[in-house]
Amino acid sequence: MAPGAGIVRRRAGRPLAGGLGLSRWVDRHISWFFVLPAALFLTAVVAFPVVYTAGLSLFQWSGAAATPPAWVGPRNYADVFAGDPGFRNALLVTAYFTGVSVLIEVVLGVGLAQLLNREFLGKGLARTLLILPVAGTPVALALVWRNMYNPSNGIFTWFADLLHLPPQRWIADAATVVPSLVLFDVWQWTPLVMLITLAGLVSLPTDFYEAAQIDGASPWQVFWRITLPLVRPTIVAAAMLRFMDSVKTFDQIYVTTQGGPGIASQTLNLFVFDQAFQYLHFGYASALLVVLFFVILAGNLILVTVRRGQV
Amino acid sequence: MSGGAAGSRTSRLVRRALFYAALILVLAVFVFPFFWMAFNSFKTHEKITEYPPVFWFAPTLGNFKNVFLQGQFFQYTWNSILVSFGAVGVGMGLGLPAAYGIARHGHRGLALGILVCRMIPGISFLVPWFIVFRVLGLLDTFAGLIIAHLVITVPLITWIMIGFFEEVPIELEEAGRIDGCSRVGVFLRIALPLVRPGLVSAGILALIFAWNSFLFPLILAGVKTKTLPVLVYSFMTFDYLDLGGIYAASTLVTLPVVLMVLLVQRQFIRGLTIGGLKG
Repeated sequence: MAPGAGIVRRRAGRPLAGGLGLSRWVDRHISWFFVLPAALFLTAVVAFPVVYTAGLSLFQWSGAAATPPAWVGPRNYADVFAGDPGFRNALLVTAYFTGVSVLIEVVLGVGLAQLLNREFLGKGLARTLLILPVAGTPVALALVWRNMYNPSNGIFTWFADLLHLPPQRWIADAATVVPSLVLFDVWQWTPLVMLITLAGLVSLPTDFYEAAQIDGASPWQVFWRITLPLVRPTIVAAAMLRFMDSVKTFDQIYVTTQGGPGIASQTLNLFVFDQAFQYLHFGYASALLVVLFFVILAGNLILVTVRRGQV
Repeated sequence: MSGGAAGSRTSRLVRRALFYAALILVLAVFVFPFFWMAFNSFKTHEKITEYPPVFWFAPTLGNFKNVFLQGQFFQYTWNSILVSFGAVGVGMGLGLPAAYGIARHGHRGLALGILVCRMIPGISFLVPWFIVFRVLGLLDTFAGLIIAHLVITVPLITWIMIGFFEEVPIELEEAGRIDGCSRVGVFLRIALPLVRPGLVSAGILALIFAWNSFLFPLILAGVKTKTLPVLVYSFMTFDYLDLGGIYAASTLVTLPVVLMVLLVQRQFIRGLTIGGLKG
């Protein structure tokens, strides 16, 4: 691992200011040729769809090629905010799922990183095994978890039996479906938080620790007073990354519950998917997407501000 | 005195044993679903549904045979390979110069655009794409699918490679300029060869995430271009639910990913953590 990778964000030197007028102009503008392909791609495949969606959100359309979209103005937005119970439910489920998963993943990930931040036999193997949940195909993993959560013959049901817990219905029960999905998400993504934190821990300066040892600080004090403050920017970065991806979670929920039972695990993502591709409400789905876009942007802005304040 | 030393040694041994016990427990938790997936793929449907779960049984290859015979498994595997390698190849073409431009020439605007692209859920692109692709005849084509998957590969490749390009000593590039290299020449002949380890990690990460993608092909692919994750999912929706088939198909789609991780775990971790820190 690169020493200090990413913790210290080193700005690269400015380009060589070569020669006089013309060659300087060429120098300045040739840099645009490097970014032009990606910029064109972003415009065509990302920016255009976003603008198109914003436009379509003012229409009502079933998506049928024969009938053109019908102008309805801001009515779709009025419907979203006038208390569509489906939207309000999706917003709450998303906040619940994302908030709880990211919190647990960060706490657990930092704890595990602390555990593994030492020399031991089979360290490489341990790290390889811990990447598997992050890299494994989500659809396949979701099918396995779905079957493990089977109330009548799943392995989790058997574990609960062994521990003499009252019978659980896991993802089949509206009360336990979100916690069950959180457990799946925590299993899948805690290793990523752990690996990122571990990379941060490895690159910490050692002199603080030597000083603490001389002063006779307890391991607990060292963790709270030295490690945590030093590694905090890395932890916040990991939390941001998890927040971004957790809001986007689709495959895992779609395959295990399809948003059910009822709408108990229907996140914003799945709600929009249903509105567009199940009920063919393309105009309404577009309005929802615009709202979702701003929700995500706001969430990330808050995290960026938090990060700026702490670094 | 000697008693105290022996005591501290036993306490060290006990701590060591406790550490390894905790380690094994943690690893078992994270590996178990993979084990269970592979384990059950050798059971018959009846054995899988038995309760309490069976741990001793006569293994069968019947599920794999069913998967190979049913639903054009090899066709979909080929589709998956085509789409994921296509998206990584084109993604490199777009992402590498972009990363270099951002690292060396500070194009913050593009960096921000790519970050936003990384933040937006796939579903936001899917509604407009579906409509536009239908008009352009791109539904159920490899070109359409590769374009869609660029949204996964380009941000990943760019974000990882920015870090690697920043680590290239600027002096080497300046020396190249003095020796008469053009700016493009400096990029191709000096910077690119130096970031080769980064290319490996970015390429493999992008390949894995393109291979794993489910939502895009679910909507944009049809009979001709369906990829493996969609096939695996369709095993669940057959009239006769075949759990053996589900486990076997899941195992088969995950196997290449596991092999890639085992082969290149160092680069993989580096790619993930750098991408993570920069994100």
